Order: sequence, then structure tokens, then C-alpha cells
Amino acid sequence: MDYFLITTSLLKIAAILFLVILPMVSYSVYAERRVSAFIQDRRGPNRVGPAGLFQPIADMFKLLLKEDFTPANVNTFYYWLAPCLAMMPAIITIAVVPFGSTLFGVPMVIADINVGILYVFAIASLGVYGIVLAGWASNSKYPFLGGVRSSSQMISYELSLGLAVIPIFLLVGNLRLTSVVRYQIEHGWMIAPFVGDWLNPWKWLLAFPMIISFVVFAIAIFAETNRLPFDLPEAEQELAGGYHTEYSSMKFALFFLGEYAAMITGSAVIVTLFFGGWHLPLPSWHGGFHWALVDGSAPGWRGVVGGLFNIATFFAKVAVLLFFFIWVRFTLPRFRYDQLMRLGWLFFFEIALVNIFIAAIILAYVPS
Amino acid sequence: MSPLLFWPFALLMLMFGVAVVINRNPVASALSLVVSFLGLAALFMSLDAYFIGIIQVLVYAGAVMVLFLFIIMLLDLRAEEGRQVNWLALIGGIAVALALLAQILYVIHNLKSAHQAFPPLARSTFDDVRNVGLLLFGSYNLPFQIIGVLVLVATIGVVLLSRREPR
Repeated sequence: MDYFLITTSLLKIAAILFLVILPMVSYSVYAERRVSAFIQDRRGPNRVGPAGLFQPIADMFKLLLKEDFTPANVNTFYYWLAPCLAMMPAIITIAVVPFGSTLFGVPMVIADINVGILYVFAIASLGVYGIVLAGWASNSKYPFLGGVRSSSQMISYELSLGLAVIPIFLLVGNLRLTSVVRYQIEHGWMIAPFVGDWLNPWKWLLAFPMIISFVVFAIAIFAETNRLPFDLPEAEQELAGGYHTEYSSMKFALFFLGEYAAMITGSAVIVTLFFGGWHLPLPSWHGGFHWALVDGSAPGWRGVVGGLFNIATFFAKVAVLLFFFIWVRFTLPRFRYDQLMRLGWLFFFEIALVNIFIAAIILAYVPS
Repeated sequence: MSPLLFWPFALLMLMFGVAVVINRNPVASALSLVVSFLGLAALFMSLDAYFIGIIQVLVYAGAVMVLFLFIIMLLDLRAEEGRQVNWLALIGGIAVALALLAQILYVIHNLKSAHQAFPPLARSTFDDVRNVGLLLFGSYNLPFQIIGVLVLVATIGVVLLSRREPR
């Protein structure tokens, strides 16, 4: 048994879960409330601690201490199971995402498997069970409608999600997420061809299918995570909260955590695929202009600082995308349900399909 | 992967496979089948066949069973839960299953390659996605394309059947 691998993996899992994901979830809720208040010209939560920064802690205690009420007519076992099923997939997906280069020589990815992106899709597709079961077990009509809407929405958008990333893997040549990051370090970020060898005209041509991929993928992530403008499963105005209408206290909080964790994971996957992962090129003028690579491979304290810098870069990029999620939520109105399905099947699916052909044709003519 | 992990996952798969048959509630059966698929995927991964394992989760657990559950939830479950056990059918079913088991055991017993121990893989980290792709698009290209046409025909058939007649 490889005890070193097991120990470092457990340490990485604990650190990423308790030091990064859970604090990030609670502070993205806080950020959502502050940013929405700013957009709508309100004040938002600003009473607990300086600028309301301790609000998530107060929220946590509120959710834990509220009465945990189970309605009489629910199917109890599945009613309890559903919040756990909604929470878990979002968290396990992060296992294959490389969130840093190396730290003390240990690669900063929990499981570097050769089918990385398929793993992300497979586990993310299990997330629908929590929502469907919540809707069904609640034994009440609005949650049920929410659950049915959610399952058909997620199945529809998984197709465009899967097809949108194929051009990237045509380019990179395998499905490992660390190779995608490695490729972007060598050739520049997928949607930013000016990073790396920016004089290569083929790269600028290839940026077109990449940008189409990025747009389709990002919109499909919005639909997968049930965020506005695609939050039909919960739609407060028509379904009174949708699948989690009958849930209270910590069980409701688990749905909430699951939704935000899915948002964080989705942003992390977008950053890895399109924004160079943990890579941040720094301009350097030592012997002519070039991009300097900072990572954890340098000896001594420089390597440690470099590794920490990469991790910070990665989560800073994720935070920027989370801000974008919030911004969109408080800017766009909600789609109607038939519009949502038509958009998914008749629009994004075809765009993603044509995009694969465009990328393949360009790649066929690129001189290697 | 360690053979130690084979037993818990095999046990998980078989237990939930039995639960699919035993459960009277169709939703419980469908979810047991999902867990059984997850156990099967874990077994594939313990053979270093990550691609097949992940596809098992992605296609069966993530897509097919969601649709199953979707349909089951729209049915009236009370009728199914109150149904009596038909003992004759139960005994017949067990007899057929035992007969199948006996046949499989007989075939495996007479198979020569089942008695030899296979050497471990030369490299445990080979690129199975590439290998499966090369096989599908190289040696088995024609069957693959025929399956594609078959799926297309099935899709058109479904669209035709579910289309409402214009009034």
C-alpha cells in the first residue's frame, strides 16, 4: 500500500473541503446578497461584524438551530435521502479538477484520472437524483412539478455540455484535466490566444471554435446548476420554491449548499478548461520579453510560494466566475419553460455539433 | 487497484441487485439498480478500465435510470405496492435463474482459459480511451456505423410515434 499517496490524498480532500469549498459556499451566499443589494440599490446584510462579514456564521447557526420539521405525508426515507444526494455530487466532482501546480512536490489534484472530464459529467449527472427525489418524496404538487422540470432540464443540457467540450479535447488529445492545463500553459489559454506564442495565426483561428465552446458550455452550466435565467425548477413566483418547498432548517440548507457547491464546481471546470486552470503568466523582461511561468517546481521557499500562488490564482479565477454568475442572476429575467427546452434542443445542441466540425476542419489543416 | 476492494463492491452490487427484485416500491427498485450500477462501475475501475466504468455511470446511472425514475414517478404506485406475491411465478423464476446459473458454471468449467491465471497488465496506466476509440473507428468501423444508422432510425420512429396528428 502506498501510504504516502493515501495520506496526502486525505490531507488534500480535507483541506479542499473544509478550508476552501465550504467557506467559499458560505461566502458566495454572502457575496450574492451583497452584490444583489448593490445591483438593486439596497444595502444588503451589513450588521453582523464589519460590513456584515460574519453574516454566514449567523446564517449557519440559524439554519442549524431551527426546528427540523418533517411534514406528515412525505415518504420519510427518501425525504431524508434527497438533500444528501443533492449535496454529494457537487462536492465529489471537484476531485479531478487540478486546483494548483505542486506543493512540496505533491501534485495539487486529488485524483488525476485519464477520463477526467467524463468523470465530471458522470458525477454531475447523478446530481439530478437529489432534486427528483425531493420533489417526489415531498408528496406535494409544487415540489413534484419542480422535480420533473429539473430532471428534464438537466438531461437536455447535459448533451450540449458534453458536446461543447469536444473541440478542446480534439485539440489537447486526451481527456485528462491536468493535460488540458499543461496544454494551455504551453500554447496559451483556450479563449485567450494572446497568452503564450501569440504570433501563431492558427491559434487565433482556433480561438473561434473555442469561444463558441466556452459560450455554450457556460450557458449549459447555468442550466445544470439551476441558476437564473434557467432556475425553472425552483421558480419562487410560480412553484413557491419548487423541489425544496417542504424542506426546513438543515435539510433545506443542504440543498442550498449543494446548489452553491455545484456553482463552484462548474466555475472550477470552466476555469480549468478555458481559462488556463491555475496558470497565470507573468510578463518578464529578462533577455527580451516573454511570459514567465510560476509554479511549485522551484527549490526551497520559492517553490512553496509558487505553489500557494497557483492555488490562490485558481480560486481567484473561480471567484471572478462566481461573481459573473451572481451578476447574471440579478440582470436577466427568467425564461419560460418551453423557451428553455427549445433553446437547449434546437439551438445549443446544434451549435455545439457544428462547432465540433469547425474545430475538426481547422485542426485538419493546422501544420503540426 | 487492490483486490481487497473487489469484495465490498461486488457485495454491494449483488445486494442491491437482489433489492431491485425484492422491493415492492418501484422507485426503491430503480434506485437500487442505480446503486448496483455504481458498484459495477467500481468493479470496472478496479480492473483499470476507467473509461468503461465512467461510461457505465454516465449512461446508465446518470441518463437511463433518470428517465426510468421519471416515468415511474408519473405512475400510480399504490396499486403496485398492494400486489400479492404469486408463489407459482416466484418458484418458476427461481428455477429458471438456477438453471441459468448451472449452465454458466458448466460453460466456465469447460472453458480452458478460465483455469489459467492471467498475468497482470504490463502498464496499469494505459490510455483506454484511445484504445477503445481506435478499435471502434478502426477495426469495428462498419458495425459502429450500422449501429449509428439503427439509433437514427429508432429516433425517427420515436419522433413519429410521439407526434400528435395535426387537427
